[in-house]
Amino acid sequence: MAGVPVPGDKRVFMTGNEVVAYAAVAARADIMYGYPITPQNEVMHYWTRLAPKYEKRFLQTEDELSAGFTTIGGVMAGRKAFTATAGPGNVLMQEPMAMAEMMRLPVVVVIMQRGGPSTATVIYSQQEVILTTFGGNGEGFRIVYSTATHQELYDYTIKAFNTAWRYRFPVFLLADGYQAKMREPLTIYDPLERGIELIAPEAYLGRPGTPGVDRPPGHFRNTYSTEEELYEVLQGHVREYERIWREVEEYESLGTEDTDLLIIAHGVVARAAKQAVEYLRGEGLKVGYFRPVTLRPMPVDALREAVSRTKRFMVVESAYGQLSKLVRDALYGLAVEMVPLYKPGVGVTPEEIMARSRELIVKGES
Amino acid sequence: MKTKNGLTKIVIAGEGGQGVQAVAEILAEAAYEEGRQALYIPNFGVEQRGGVSVAFLQIGDRSIGAPKFETADIVVALSGRALLRTRQYVGPQTTLIYDDLAEVKDEEMPRQAAQILSIPAVETSKKELHPRVFNVMILGAVIAATGVVTLDDAKKALEIRLGHKFEQDPKLRELNYRALERGVELLEQVMRGGKEHSGALRAYH
Amino acid sequence: MAVQPAMPRSWRRESKPHKFCPGCGHGIALKALGQAIDELGIQDRVVFGCDIGCSLLTWDFFNVDTVQTHHGRTTPVMTGIKRANPNLICIAYMGDGGGYAIGAQHLVNAAGRNEKITVILVNNTQYAMTGGQMAPTTLPGQKTETTPYGRDVELTGFPTQGPEMVAAITPEGAYVARGTVSKIRQLQKMYVRALLNQIEGRGFSFVETLATCPTNWRTNAEKTWAFLEKQMPEYFRVGELKVPLTTEGAEEA
Repeated sequence: MAGVPVPGDKRVFMTGNEVVAYAAVAARADIMYGYPITPQNEVMHYWTRLAPKYEKRFLQTEDELSAGFTTIGGVMAGRKAFTATAGPGNVLMQEPMAMAEMMRLPVVVVIMQRGGPSTATVIYSQQEVILTTFGGNGEGFRIVYSTATHQELYDYTIKAFNTAWRYRFPVFLLADGYQAKMREPLTIYDPLERGIELIAPEAYLGRPGTPGVDRPPGHFRNTYSTEEELYEVLQGHVREYERIWREVEEYESLGTEDTDLLIIAHGVVARAAKQAVEYLRGEGLKVGYFRPVTLRPMPVDALREAVSRTKRFMVVESAYGQLSKLVRDALYGLAVEMVPLYKPGVGVTPEEIMARSRELIVKGES
Repeated sequence: MKTKNGLTKIVIAGEGGQGVQAVAEILAEAAYEEGRQALYIPNFGVEQRGGVSVAFLQIGDRSIGAPKFETADIVVALSGRALLRTRQYVGPQTTLIYDDLAEVKDEEMPRQAAQILSIPAVETSKKELHPRVFNVMILGAVIAATGVVTLDDAKKALEIRLGHKFEQDPKLRELNYRALERGVELLEQVMRGGKEHSGALRAYH
Repeated sequence: MAVQPAMPRSWRRESKPHKFCPGCGHGIALKALGQAIDELGIQDRVVFGCDIGCSLLTWDFFNVDTVQTHHGRTTPVMTGIKRANPNLICIAYMGDGGGYAIGAQHLVNAAGRNEKITVILVNNTQYAMTGGQMAPTTLPGQKTETTPYGRDVELTGFPTQGPEMVAAITPEGAYVARGTVSKIRQLQKMYVRALLNQIEGRGFSFVETLATCPTNWRTNAEKTWAFLEKQMPEYFRVGELKVPLTTEGAEEA
């Protein structure tokens, strides 16, 4: 069995794309399928450099449809398979992911969000939140982790494979162009040495024995003849998704006990939000911070709890209200004022969050 | 350069091919090797080549928050277009360094800067050194302006990055070190208000 | 005891009688394929992938592991499986719309990469499951739901020459043929050779299969067979187009 690039803990200074490739090796991923699109290309570049050293495979496909469907083939053959994409590629990726959702296939997809709509920029955004959580002609039966730091990119890439193979829902690692391209320090490690169990993959197809003789054939489909038949299958998915919801949901919060203003953000914007909140709290202002780490499933209870203890909340995102849609859905019925700070397609600085927060608190006091 | 919370925010911008990303990377690596915190992010357009290339860099002692910031402690602009693109990051506490060959209209100069320094980097690298070490000279200038890393650590970082090339051609090491030191000198010269290149300083302050 | 018509061993009895219309060519193609699987004794290693369109009705057809995919996407799913576990024998089964229209980029690129999979493409000259619209393979002048006055080649081009294209773009080692359900022995032999080509790791293998669709052609038995045996071969030449050198003598058209 091939090992990992670094035995023991190692402090490194890398780009996020490089982190993902190393983490996938550490997670004992077997095969990556991918199609070039900025800003995720270096995930493939590093993977293809590491792959032969650790008996891993790679296939460059003809488009993201193929990248997604070959990844499906990979997991059905019993391998830990993954792909990475962004922007318009994420749009195409939703077709195969709808199939993965219907058939409960443990695919792992890394998304490095870029500006949108359309080609827009190759730089950065948080505009693929709705697409990634609810894309495809489905119900969003998928798990979406939104990372904020390189350490999280490493930790959650490893976790993504475990979550996928444990629960058999497609898992997305939702990052962005900033995270893809920036360098910062982190510690990489072998999860096995840390005692982190790695869930073993299982083949759907080609198990031992002759189908129909030694065992029933594996007949896997996503087509149904009647409404009732589909309904029954989906009810199964609903029950299972709701059962695992609280096991899977994750969040981070700070000072949410009793606040004049609660700032809600996810991903890399949460770094600016947290920084702003720490600073404002240092000034004596009653400001709290809440960050959903899983955007699907949304940590509804914790979010409602935090919001019910604030006078008003502000949703900050590099999109025009995509996180806010998910948040408002989770908060239905709570009568708390919401203030948006939407910066579609551009980064958010702690300074502008602080400025807006001060305005709101002053206004709130008057 | 002493800044709030011991954090230094740097923007370096130039024409594609001027090597500004490498400058930021080397600085970030040098800081990281010193055991400090660093966050470096390149900003780029759709073009792989050509166009203005901007590097954002933060170096500090505590873990770094948001990758994006509003105003930098130091902005280095190596062309007229680069200055136009990055003047939004110039605030009242910012030191702006630009190449004296950069064509900038008077009204386009961000006068709010704490300090504006022009250095003859392009010219010096062409005349005295070699255009390919232009960016190493800029690295020297940034180090002189900020003190975010020591010259020795910058050399170590250069060694990590270019060591394999230096092995093949030791003259290359010498050239790079000379460029680094010349960059430091250029900046120290204008900061002292040296005769030739302090024009900008006088003009705006 | 009544005599049962011979059913290939690899067919799944529980899902028979199958769901295809009377006179449909799929049943014959699938019989030839079942017999090919039996002949090679590979039932335990075959993974069968079916597309959207009438081909999806095969999702429980065989006693082999089966994946029903999306329209046009069977080629990449089988490619992904084969790349992840080369020991499996992957068959992508699709219609002309799936292979030549919505999934054309996958067919072209899998062929170009010489993927070690076998593609069986059933050509019945139109989109059957959706009610008989024009396909890339519709014959000039042929009436379909979207060419009610007949296919006008000035507006919509000529029938796609699939195997000719695949033969042109595949590297050495590929096997490319066009068979017909009117010659089941020859068809079975082509399937065997296509599968052997994959088993022996030589390259991509592709068999277009001319097939009948009396439901959408709106033809009686006599006209159905006339269309298959006389009109279709005017545009689609039956025979082997590309045979790896290591394979013994080419099959006669």
